[in-house]
Amino acid sequence: MGSSKSSLRHIPNAQELIQDTGFSAAHIQRLYERFDLLDRDQMGRLRVPDFEAISHLAMNPIGDRIIAAFFSPGKDTVDFPSFVRILAHFQPTDDNRTRDSSGKEPYNSPNRKLQFAFQLYDQDGDGKISRAELLQVLQEMLGMQVTDELLQSIAERAIQEADLDQDDAISFDEFKKCLEKVDIDQKMRIGFLS
Amino acid sequence: MEDLWSVALGLLQLWMFVVVFLIMLPAMNGLSLGVTGVYIQILVKILEWATIRIQRGRQERPSVPGPLPNGIIKREGGSMEQEMCELRSSRTIVGGEFDLSDALYFFKKGLESIVDDEVTQRFSSEELASWNLLTRTNRNFHYISLRLTIIWGLGVFVRYCILFPLRLTLALIGLSWLVVGLTIIGLLPEFSLRSWLSEMVHLTCYRICARALSATIRYHNKANRPQKGGICVANHTTPIDIVILANDGCYAMVGQIHGGLMGIIQRAMVRSCPHVWFERSEMKDRHTVTSRLRAHVAAKTKLPILIFPEGTCINNTSVMMFKKGSFEIGGTIYPVAIKYDPRFGDAFWNSSKNNMLSYLLRTMTSWAIVVNVWYLPPMTIEEGEDAAHFANRVKSAIASQGGLLDLAWDGGLKRGKVKDHFKEEQQKMYSSIIVGQNDISVCDEMR
Repeated sequence: MGSSKSSLRHIPNAQELIQDTGFSAAHIQRLYERFDLLDRDQMGRLRVPDFEAISHLAMNPIGDRIIAAFFSPGKDTVDFPSFVRILAHFQPTDDNRTRDSSGKEPYNSPNRKLQFAFQLYDQDGDGKISRAELLQVLQEMLGMQVTDELLQSIAERAIQEADLDQDDAISFDEFKKCLEKVDIDQKMRIGFLS
Repeated sequence: MEDLWSVALGLLQLWMFVVVFLIMLPAMNGLSLGVTGVYIQILVKILEWATIRIQRGRQERPSVPGPLPNGIIKREGGSMEQEMCELRSSRTIVGGEFDLSDALYFFKKGLESIVDDEVTQRFSSEELASWNLLTRTNRNFHYISLRLTIIWGLGVFVRYCILFPLRLTLALIGLSWLVVGLTIIGLLPEFSLRSWLSEMVHLTCYRICARALSATIRYHNKANRPQKGGICVANHTTPIDIVILANDGCYAMVGQIHGGLMGIIQRAMVRSCPHVWFERSEMKDRHTVTSRLRAHVAAKTKLPILIFPEGTCINNTSVMMFKKGSFEIGGTIYPVAIKYDPRFGDAFWNSSKNNMLSYLLRTMTSWAIVVNVWYLPPMTIEEGEDAAHFANRVKSAIASQGGLLDLAWDGGLKRGKVKDHFKEEQQKMYSSIIVGQNDISVCDEMR
């Protein structure tokens, strides 16, 4: 842990990040050190191989998908503010903030969390989870463990369950309806220590 | 001008006197004047005071982040089955079906590992429970109190201007003594005392080098010291491990021939003593390596081989997978556990962050190196045991003795990616939840 990275002064836009994301100064400092540790070539930005080097992430069936969630479309590097903003989705909801500095909903509101989860499925960003996209996720989570036919039938059932307007795809509202009984805050939350 | 010269000369003479007579000669004979002991005691008192001061300071100023020796996040939740079944029971899903909420489990686990994972942190320096007054471990601590800052400043002066030149002189003397002494011995004809002489030169050189690092080494269970014809196996934190171990016995080193300064030293060493150096191309061929080592061990009169089976430097909080190659050679294995005290200086060599020279610079400007070495009872491979299992057994023994975490991960993960079969295991677990055996999902069974 180097001293040169230990002060908030070295972190760009630290105050803004603290306000936007709800992380404390101590959290931001820790996350910056983590960012710096993962940044192997020390360019101040993370690349896909930097994420792939994390063993537990490489073991995760949807690891590649999670990594892709950090990168905005068309970009192949992640800077520190974007890194923190993505992680902010997994803050606990119960923190009394209703609006961030730009007037939008805070990152860790249940709605934003659900949106983030939706984006994980909806890779092409067209606002709907198509059958093909669902199949892809199932492929990743089950790998070689089930036959193709079983995969197809599982995907079929899932779409039928969730697709209420019968357009053969799952929209964000249908997604929300599907998960309305799930305690999103608890399931999409990381216990940051302070 | 004349006066200045004579003063400078006088100082130099005093300096060399101190170095040679008060440090080098006692070191070579294994004696100690006790100065280092007193130094360490004073340091401990100062560090304890600093810890208390910082704790008080942190209560007054909560904006200074505290140390988190157990990681950044607290991992909640149980196994995959528990979590998934909870997710599903809130939706009354029957087994055999996929639900959109299933991915949330993997999502959360993935993000948790991005923030904090068990393996990556082993390849960076251990985080201390409190500040040890070194600039490099500073986390805004010097804002806490004026006295702390002054002591820190004094520490910087003492370490860089007094201790460092002393240590550098000693190191240079030690290394040149090694090269010169061994080359001379190498030129002598074979006679009975030759090996004893070469051992003496090795030993004295390493002792000087140990002083050059202000190393305080405590050896435990000396009765289990590695014998000739055996293999000594230890956990690896830094190249200095070699100096630490060689202070108490002579070993045959195994390794790759390097160029430059290291190469000169290596070549001098092999002239008088049967170390086992390999060319880079030979290292790739496991067969060559194993057969040469086997030949060395079989000749029971040769010095014990020193091997670090992890294959890379780990940060001394854990022991990673031991490569089974070293355990296939045969012979008796003498395990050794090495544990550095992190308060006095960080011994870990982070090869991706520091090259050898800057690492030595950092080590020579730390407070000291305080290390405990435990010699464990010798172990041999049992009937019907395979090398990998034996390797794990030795690793657990070393880990439990040294108070280190016993991890099954491969140290090679520092540079490479994890193998695919771990991912398959996760997929298998998930599929048993969805599909299960005989169409009964694990969740139904859990209800």
